[in-house]
Formats: sequence, structure tokens, C-alpha cells
Amino acid sequence: MAFGPFLLLALMEGLVTAAVLALAAAGLSLVFGVMRVVNVAHGEFYMLGALLAWAVTTMIPGPPALAFLAAVIIAPLLVAALAAAADGLVLKRLDYDPEATIVATIGLLYILQQAALSLYGPNANPVTAPFEWRIQLPWFGYSGYKLFVVLAAGLVLLALWLLMTRTRAGLVMRATQVDRMTAQAFGINVDRVYMGTFALGAGLAALAGVLVVPIAQAHYLMGHDPLLLSFIVVIIGGLGSLRGTLIAALVIGLSDGVISMFFTPTLAKILATLLVAMVLIFRPQGLFGAKA
Amino acid sequence: MALEVQGLTAGYGPVTVLRGVDFRAEPGQITCLMGRNGVGKSTFLMALMGLLPGASGTVSLDGTPLHGLPAHEVPKRGLAYVPQGRRLFGPLTVAENLAVGGLVRGNDSATQDHVLTLFPRLRERLTQISGTLSGGEQQMLAIARALCLRPRVLLLDEPTEGLQPSMIALIQDAIRSLKAEGVAVVLVEQRVDAVLKLADRVAFMVAGRIEDAMPVKGLAPDADVFRTYVGV
Repeated sequence: MAFGPFLLLALMEGLVTAAVLALAAAGLSLVFGVMRVVNVAHGEFYMLGALLAWAVTTMIPGPPALAFLAAVIIAPLLVAALAAAADGLVLKRLDYDPEATIVATIGLLYILQQAALSLYGPNANPVTAPFEWRIQLPWFGYSGYKLFVVLAAGLVLLALWLLMTRTRAGLVMRATQVDRMTAQAFGINVDRVYMGTFALGAGLAALAGVLVVPIAQAHYLMGHDPLLLSFIVVIIGGLGSLRGTLIAALVIGLSDGVISMFFTPTLAKILATLLVAMVLIFRPQGLFGAKA
Repeated sequence: MALEVQGLTAGYGPVTVLRGVDFRAEPGQITCLMGRNGVGKSTFLMALMGLLPGASGTVSLDGTPLHGLPAHEVPKRGLAYVPQGRRLFGPLTVAENLAVGGLVRGNDSATQDHVLTLFPRLRERLTQISGTLSGGEQQMLAIARALCLRPRVLLLDEPTEGLQPSMIALIQDAIRSLKAEGVAVVLVEQRVDAVLKLADRVAFMVAGRIEDAMPVKGLAPDADVFRTYVGV
């Protein structure tokens, strides 16, 4: 294949990575932005989304599209409910102390990971894509499902932006993000906002896991890479900045696609980590984050 | 009677600041709270709003107990708070700050119109990010945001601190309007001239207790109580 089409293919692959990454990282960024909690277990919510999608699609007979639609709805809701329970049982009892919650979410990471291993075993589990449509370009064919992932992630991120900027819930979350105490003085139930935010963040990660599972199989260790890449994205974009998260996800996703295809995936990860180091040295608040 | 406080003890973790405060604020009156730095005036307002966990004593509004309620329930009972330093939601617009103020009352347009009549300058700046307003405008917004709650009791913590005289006059006019509407105003204020201009009663705080309280009428700027309790 000539260089041009090869680059186009790399960019398309990178766009898919960016879309999934943007969804997962938006959840991580939201949780940190509103709650000041660094959720180390975030990748496990992604993994649970993927595994639950596999479980749901194997339980529902009939056309793959129907089973997948059920998985898209059920898996993020279940993971969000689990996250809400974890918030009430663990994070709230620690009064959302930044250091203590890091340790607690590390514990949560291992609990979720080992629970997934016990329940679903160590095997990688495939999920059939909801449709098999392919787009035929002059140089190569490309999965229609992958383009659907990009479109779906874009629509969900648009909905998230509308939620944050145009609704009462978004206003309440942004006010709580700015000043927890003053928000309480205006009748905002901060505990409820935190629980909802943690559930929403986990739900977004789970949705990313559901969308990715027809491309990459579901297994109990699949949360590591998304966690690392999500942290890379939110550090570069600026913790708590949705716009920064989206732009950083595009940069990391596209560069990951191109570098992985022309060189090696390991080099892509090394360069992304190097970029994080540069951002931390020269602009610690991230490209779009507010100064502390 | 609007607000009655008995034996209020509160602080920050193991540090006790308020030591059995007794206090009253009547509807349609401005009660000023004076005292030297660090005696617990701001802590008292925060404790009234339920923002200090572990507080003891009783706080009631028209006989309805407020103590022991979660902090987010207190504003629903009719108390509004303008904290020291304004504490606006800086990245949010003026309109969004007012909307947060009106959350518990459902953000009715009549209340917001009334508030913007008191502070017409804010009407021109509804889409402006509140953190970019001038100091005086920020203070107006902090008061306007609290008024969107349609409070029966308004707690103001040094609302004119650091403002230019024209802004101070605007804010004092707004406070007088609230008094005329029957709101009980509790005002933490350090400046004697402002207290004498605005207040109906003044209470002096010393080491976490109300040491003395009296009507303002008849007090001179050089009265002994100001020298004793405020050091001016």
C-alpha cells in the first residue's frame, strides 16, 4: 500500500482509539473535576463494561444488533449503580479526602479485577459486532462498526457537554466543582452530586468498554491500558476540563494510531508518556486546566 | 421572632471557636455583629448555616428548629448567606450564579427580576463570567445570589470590605430595602460609621460569646462600647 492510503488507515485507526479514549477520559476528568478524587479504579469500570457487554450479549438470543443494544443500555447502568454503591460505602466515609481516596480506589481496582476473574474467568471473550457493514475505499476496506464507534462517542460527548452546560444537573455539578461549601449554602446536596458524578464517570468508562468490545475482546485485565491512557489524556488536557480532555484524546489517539502503524505501539506509549512529562514540567495544570 | 440562637458551640475539628452563643434577630431589623478579629463572627454565621459539623446548641427560625439539619436543608428553611470574600462561582456567568441562588425556590422570574431591580448593573452583565466582574459588582452579585433564595433571614459577612464609597452606598441602600421588606438582616461589620448608619441593634462578640447587645439609637461614634469591644 502506498504511503498516503497507509497514513489514512493509520489516522482512521487513531480516530477510533481517540473516540474510545475520549469517552473513558471524560469520565475520569469529570470525577476529578467535581469531586477532586483521583479514581485509580476507573479502568476497571471500563473492563466491567466490556465484560458485562459480553455477558449480556451471550444471554440474549436473536440478532446481534438487538443483543448489543441491550448491552449498551444495561452494562453502563449496572456499572454506574456499582460505582454509586462504592461512593456511598467507601469514598463518602473517607469524606473524599484526596490522599485517602487514592488508596481506596487502588483497593477497589483489585477487588473489581479479582471479582471479574472469579466470575468470568481469565479468558478473552469475543462479542459479535452489531452489524458487519464495511466501507469500501479505493485502497482498502474499513469496518463500518469502527466508524459507528467514532460517531457514537461523538454523540455521547455532545450529550455530556449539553448536560454540563444547559441543564440544572450540570449547573449543580459545576457549582459544586467550584466551591463545595458555598454550594451547600445554596441548598445543593453535595453528597448526592458526588454520588451522581461518580456513577456518571463510571458509566462513561463502561460505555467506552461496551463500544470497544466488538473490536477488542473482553477480559479481566483490559482496564490497565485505558487507565494509563486516560490519565495521560486528562493530565495533558487539564484535570477537570472537558474541552481539554477531548483535544488531548484526539492528539493521543491519532498519534497512537499513526505511530503504532508506522513504528510500534510501544513507541507510541513511550512518546505519550514523554509528552505527559513535558506538560507536567512546563504547564503542570495541563493545556486547558485552571491554575491551582 | 425570626431567628433565635441559644448556647451555640462550634468550631473547626478539635478547635472550639464559639462557646455558647445566645443571639436574636428580628424581622425587619438589621442586627450588626461586631468584635475584634478572630472572636468568631464569621464562624458564627457559618454555624448558623449548618456548615460546621459537630455544632451544639439550638438555632430556630420562627420556632422551627434548624440545628441538626444537613447544611443543604438550611437555606430551604429561609436562611441565606453572603460569605466573607464573596465566594462566587467564579467560572460561571452572572446569570448562572443567580440561577444557583434560586435553585431551592425553582428560579422564578419574578424573584430574579426583583433582585435585578435592586442591582440594575447586574442586568447588563448577565452573560459575563462572574470572576471577571469588578470587586463591587462581585459583592452585588454575592448579595443578589443570596436574595434569589427569597430569604427571611440574610446573613452578611463584611459585605462592604474593600469597596469604594459609591459601591458601599449602593450596597447599603440594598440592605435598607431588604429591611423594609421585613427581612431579618444579620450583618458582620467592623466599621463603626456603617453600623451607626444601618443597624437597629448591635451585638458585641468576645472570645466566642456575645458579651453585650443593645439598640444602636443613641450610640455615639466614640461610645465606650466600641473602644472596649472593637478597639476603635
